[in-house]
Amino acid sequence: MTKFSVFIAIVLTFWCFFSCKEILPKGLDDDQILDGTVEGLTEAELIQFERGDEAFREVFVKETGLGPSFVTASCISCHAGDGKGHPFTTLTRFGQPDELGNQFMHLGGPQLQNRSLPGYEPEIIPLGATFAKFTPPANTGLGYLEYVSDADILAMADPNDDDKDNISGEPNYGHIPDYLTKKPDAIPKNDKYILRFGKKAAAYNLLHQTANAYNQDMGITSSYESIDAFTLKEIEPEITVNKLNDVVFYLETLKAPIQRNTNDPIIQNGLMVFKEIGCEKCHKQTLKTGKAPIDVLSEKEFHPYTDLLLHDMGSGLDDGYTEASAKTYEWRTPPLWGLGLSSDSQGGAYYLMHDGRARSIEAAILLHGGEALFTKTKYESLSESEKAALITFLNSL
Amino acid sequence: MKYTLVIFLLGLCSFLNGQASSQSSATLLIDSSMLYLNSDAMYRRPFMGNNNLPVSIGGYMDANTSYGATNGSKTGIGFAMPDLTLFLSTRINKRASFLTEVAYASVTGKVQLRHAAIDARLHRLINVRTGLILNPIGAFNQNHDAPNYDFVDRPIAATTIIPAIFSNVGVGLFGKTGNSNWVLGYEAYLTNGFNDKIIDNTLGRTCLQEGVSSFENFSGKPMFTGKIALRNRYAGELGVSYLSGVYTEHDAPTTGKVAVLAVDYSGKFLRNRLLIKGEIAKVSVDIPTTYIQTYGNQQMGGFVDIIGTIAQTSIWGFDHARINIGVRLEYADYNQSKFEETQGIIFEHSRAVVPCISFRPNTKSVIKFNYKYQEQVDFLGNPPLKTGSFQLGFSSYF
Repeated sequence: MTKFSVFIAIVLTFWCFFSCKEILPKGLDDDQILDGTVEGLTEAELIQFERGDEAFREVFVKETGLGPSFVTASCISCHAGDGKGHPFTTLTRFGQPDELGNQFMHLGGPQLQNRSLPGYEPEIIPLGATFAKFTPPANTGLGYLEYVSDADILAMADPNDDDKDNISGEPNYGHIPDYLTKKPDAIPKNDKYILRFGKKAAAYNLLHQTANAYNQDMGITSSYESIDAFTLKEIEPEITVNKLNDVVFYLETLKAPIQRNTNDPIIQNGLMVFKEIGCEKCHKQTLKTGKAPIDVLSEKEFHPYTDLLLHDMGSGLDDGYTEASAKTYEWRTPPLWGLGLSSDSQGGAYYLMHDGRARSIEAAILLHGGEALFTKTKYESLSESEKAALITFLNSL
Repeated sequence: MKYTLVIFLLGLCSFLNGQASSQSSATLLIDSSMLYLNSDAMYRRPFMGNNNLPVSIGGYMDANTSYGATNGSKTGIGFAMPDLTLFLSTRINKRASFLTEVAYASVTGKVQLRHAAIDARLHRLINVRTGLILNPIGAFNQNHDAPNYDFVDRPIAATTIIPAIFSNVGVGLFGKTGNSNWVLGYEAYLTNGFNDKIIDNTLGRTCLQEGVSSFENFSGKPMFTGKIALRNRYAGELGVSYLSGVYTEHDAPTTGKVAVLAVDYSGKFLRNRLLIKGEIAKVSVDIPTTYIQTYGNQQMGGFVDIIGTIAQTSIWGFDHARINIGVRLEYADYNQSKFEETQGIIFEHSRAVVPCISFRPNTKSVIKFNYKYQEQVDFLGNPPLKTGSFQLGFSSYF
């Protein structure tokens, strides 16, 4: 009897172990997640990608240079799963309404470090400054956006609305720091260069964006951005150039989000509605890269749903704050790829638009004004089934 | 510093031993006329009483292998030896003894001094303990020997909420009283406390383990750890423990309070064929309001082990071999706060279920086979990391 019960127990145990589908949990399909590499990286590039991934996850502490004032302690806390951020890590930037350059740099501008190490006081917005809040964007596919040529960006621009379609996108031009290498195909204007990353397209490239983020988000200085955000004095680098470059490479080589269920008729219908009501005039479906130093990113067509240009989004989205040549009411068209996976990095909810104020895709559409007012009005006049198809399409991105 | 302490204590033992009459080192300081408590575990190890030498030496080894996957990413087969632990005890005189525990962990590659204390008996209710002390918070910390458990991993909550294995230099009292059916015990110690790594660590979350600084006390204020345990011969043991102290950094004016409340239970039923044990702990830590919210000011976690003996017979020449099956359920919430920006809850928790089958050829050794399914949710509450792993472990006293 004892031997029999032992036998039964062992059999039952193994049956329980092996009968469960998730006995060794499977990963999600590639189109269900945002992280992962672009295809075709070399062995050496994959090694650098891994180093960058590890650095991206590093949690900084006092000993490794965090703060003393900061917004967050790691890259990953703003971009969980390489997706969009949460109000918890939404940044505040302050300045003034004109485009004369930030007049509050000597008072800690442009970014508010709203948290601090014990014993230190966090920064506060100086009197007289205007400000805007920026929810962290997704990281995926950034390498493709990096290598869109200036010529292609200018080809999409129509600052004077010559084609009379109410859309008058224009690039953000600004001076760039000395440590940045100008793109070979750069088309400057009055010593200013086309900027493309960030909510107001204030960053020239991913190195610019990343060095700034370490400095302004975490209080980590590098030899690129050596001014401490708390003391406003130059200090020794707290992160090596190698590590920072690894993170830049990681961001460059994260894959582009993969659209799901592309053969679904509802989604195909949603894409038609998207184009018919004019969304695609700014959220350009297809762009291509120029020559890129990373082979797999060179001269590739991709589908980000952005034109990388600034557009007047109306008074409702005018926060009274600007960067470089952008007006206070102008925002860069955000890429829509990965939109349907946003909630998987935002804690199961949506926080859309530049400051996360839209809690659903439809709410985001309805917040469009300015150049997009005409399109928003068209959306409102759609039938319920057309609206549903459009939302389903956007969710498939 | 720690090695100086060991040498000092060993030297003291040698001296005192020379003064004492020749008696077995294994004479127990604990009162064997009463029921044993979890706090007696360190004196109930098999090596105690094995011989009549002035010094008893023993230990245990814990080794395992595992194979698993996290969200589809397979970990491959890995081998680990979480613990190779040596005990040494000696009776100093008829009222004093010394016990030490030194462990090598393959994960960290470090040798760790876990316990090195002299116990002196004044009365069975009043015993003095001084040295490096295992803080009596929960039950697992003092009763952590791998051969006592049918699970390969230590409980999540008992290692990441309560910082097991957790010891500090200090001094205190312990004792117990009772009769043949009941026993009531207490422990109360003042020890060194935590440093500010509790809220400044590369995990990015509040973690007492990160702030353990056994041999230094920057704050100048002692930490209190106390426990009261009540055991009934039939109903089992219930313990309530409390820790209160401060954390600080060297020379820093800022400090924060730390408090831990833990409740533990263990009981054997059905003629020792059913064992239920578990503990739950609640941690409170002062976090500056201007600091990042990933460091929570409240944590809570616990586990319960249910083990049943399905066979107790002679197997392969072992006369009293046992085959057990069981399950561990565990949960640890590392941040019970809410986001200031949204008033939504902060997640950052981990939960696991671990079915097991084990073979105990005798009371000293155990071969364990576990399957562990664990889910870890980040602080935003995004889809969890799911890990499943098969674990085969062997633990034995020697």
